[in-house]
Amino acid sequence: MTTKNIYMDHASTTPTRKEVVMAMLPYFANEYGNPGSMHFKGLSAKNALDVARGDVAAVIGASPSEIVFTGSGTESVNLAIKGIAHAYKQNGRHIITQKTEHHAVFDSCKALEKEGFEVTYLNVDRNGLVDLKKLEEAIRPDTILITIMYANNEIGTVQPIKEIAKIAKARNVLFHTDACQAGGLLDINVKNLGVDLLTLNGSKIYGPKGTGMLYVRAGVKLEPVIHGGGQEFGLRSGTENVAGIVGFATALKLAQEERLEESKRLTALRDKLISGILERIPKTFLNGHPTQRLPNNVNVTILDIEGEAIVLHLSELGICASTGSACTSKILEPSHVIRAIGLPYEAAHGSVRLTLGKSNTVADVEYVLEVLSKVVERLRKISPVNLRVEDFVKV
Amino acid sequence: MNMENVKLNERKNEWFYTDVVRDHFFNPRNIFKTNEEAKEFEKAADGKGIVGSPQCGDMMEMWIKVKDDRIVDCKWRTYGCASAIASTSILSLMLTEDGGMRIDDALKIKPQDIVKRLLDLPARKFHCSVLGDKALRAAINDYFRRTGQYGRIVADGAKVIDKVLKITDKDIEEAVLSGALTLEDVQKRTKVGTHDRSCIPEVEQLIEFYRKKYFG
Repeated sequence: MTTKNIYMDHASTTPTRKEVVMAMLPYFANEYGNPGSMHFKGLSAKNALDVARGDVAAVIGASPSEIVFTGSGTESVNLAIKGIAHAYKQNGRHIITQKTEHHAVFDSCKALEKEGFEVTYLNVDRNGLVDLKKLEEAIRPDTILITIMYANNEIGTVQPIKEIAKIAKARNVLFHTDACQAGGLLDINVKNLGVDLLTLNGSKIYGPKGTGMLYVRAGVKLEPVIHGGGQEFGLRSGTENVAGIVGFATALKLAQEERLEESKRLTALRDKLISGILERIPKTFLNGHPTQRLPNNVNVTILDIEGEAIVLHLSELGICASTGSACTSKILEPSHVIRAIGLPYEAAHGSVRLTLGKSNTVADVEYVLEVLSKVVERLRKISPVNLRVEDFVKV
Repeated sequence: MNMENVKLNERKNEWFYTDVVRDHFFNPRNIFKTNEEAKEFEKAADGKGIVGSPQCGDMMEMWIKVKDDRIVDCKWRTYGCASAIASTSILSLMLTEDGGMRIDDALKIKPQDIVKRLLDLPARKFHCSVLGDKALRAAINDYFRRTGQYGRIVADGAKVIDKVLKITDKDIEEAVLSGALTLEDVQKRTKVGTHDRSCIPEVEQLIEFYRKKYFG
C-alpha cells in the first residue's frame, strides 16, 4: 500500500476535526447525564445541549426553539418531508421536488406516494439547474411542500435557493432545502435564504457522523417520525446525543467562521483541478454547472473507461475519489444525477468525482493530475470502447 | 489524550476483492502491449467475439488463435469494473496455460468456473461482470464459422434473448431460480434489456413462465 494519503472524497464524509473531538470528549465518561434528569448530572448535560442549540441558532440566524437535533441528514430530510406531509395533509397532498435530489428525499417522497400523496419531480437542465418558471407552473392549490436541495452532492450544482424561497412564499407553500453539502461552504443563514425548513448534518462539515439538524421556522407544524419520550420539542424522541450535538455545534460554528476564506481557497484548487483534467486528458468533460457550483466539487466524465476501475486504481496510488458508475452502487444503477442532466448511461459509468477539503493542497492537485492521466492511459489501453466526445458535448 | 494512539477495533482491509482479483486487475494478463501488436494479432486471429456495450457498463472483446483444436493464444480488451477486467484476464490465462485448452473444454467454461479461479466475487457482481465465457463462446463460434465447421457452432442449447448482452433464456431461468421474480429484479442481476430494449416483452414472458414453473 502506498504511503500517499490524499483524501478527495469530502462530499462522502469529512474527518472529524480535532477541536470537535476535544469539545465532545467531556460528554462521554464525565458529563454523561441524561438532559432529561433533574439532578446535577442531568442539568449539566442539559446546559451543554442548550449552549449547543444557542450556538447553532446564532450561526444560521434562527431562534434556539427552531433547531431540532437529529441523528443524520437523512433523518432530518425524512422528518421534514414526512413531517410536513402528515401535518398539512388537510390542506393538500401535493409535493414538488426535482430529479437530482439525494435518495433520502426521493425515497421519503416515494413512501408518501404509497400513502396517496402526489409528487412532481421537476426536470433540470444540462447543468443541473431547476427551471424557476417550470417550478411556478408546477405549484397547484393543493401543493403543501417544495423540497429542493441547496447544492448537489454529485455534480456540485448550486440551486437558486433565495429565488425558490420567494416563489414558495408568494404562493403560500412551505419550502425545505437539503443543505448537507452547503453547510461548510455556502451562506446558510435561514433569514437570508428565506427557507421554512433546512437540513444539515455533521459528517460533511468536519463534525461527528450520526448527527444532523433540522431548522423548522417558528409556526411551521410537523408530525414526528420517531415517537417516544418527547425530546426535541416532541419532534424527535430518544435521549439526546449530547456529545454528538456538542460536536455538531462546534463543527458548524468553525465551518461558518472559516467559510469565506476556505471557499476562496478551495475554488482556486477546484478550478486548477478541472482545467488540468480537461487539458491533460483527452475525451473528458465537466458535469454540473461551470460556475454555480460548490467550491470543492469536481465531477468529470472520462470516456471509454469505467469509474470503479478508475477509483480502485486511484486508491492504490493513495487517492480517495468516487464515481457515479453503476458498478459501485448497491442497486447496480448508474448515477440518477448524471442521467437527470441528460447524459446517457455510458457518461455516468465513466464519471469520477473529486471533492476537495481542508487537507488538500496545490501539491495534492498536481499529484492527482499526474496519477489520473496515467491511470486513464492504462485503462484505455485495455478498453474496446472508442466513443466520440462530440456526441456528449455540444462543440 | 493522544488521539493517534487510539487503536482501531477492526482488521485493516485495504482491498475490496480477493487478492487474485487484485493481481489480475492491476496486472492483467494477455493484453496488447502496443497498438501495432494489437493490429497484427487481430489480423492473425482465428476467431473474435464481442459481448456487452458501454451503455450497460461492461464490454469485452476476445481474440483467439487455434492450433490442433486447442486455444494456443488469446488476447482481450475489457471495458468495465475491476471484477470485469480481472475475470477476463484470468479466463485468458485458463485458456492458454498448459499448452492451451481444447476447444470442447473451453466451450464448457461457466461463469462459476471463472469465479472459482478468482477465489470469489461479491454476489451482485456475478452476473454482470463475468461476461468472459460469453465473449469466448462468440469467439469460438466465429472460429467455427471461418473454418466452415458449421456443425460445431454452439447455440448453447439456449436461445439468445438479449442480442447485445448475449443473455439467453437459461440466464433468465437462473435469475428466476435465484429469487428474481420481477423484470426489475432480473434486470438487476442480468442487465437484460438495458440496451436491447426490444427483448423486454419476451423477457417478461419468460419470467412469468419460470416463476409459474418453479414457484407455482
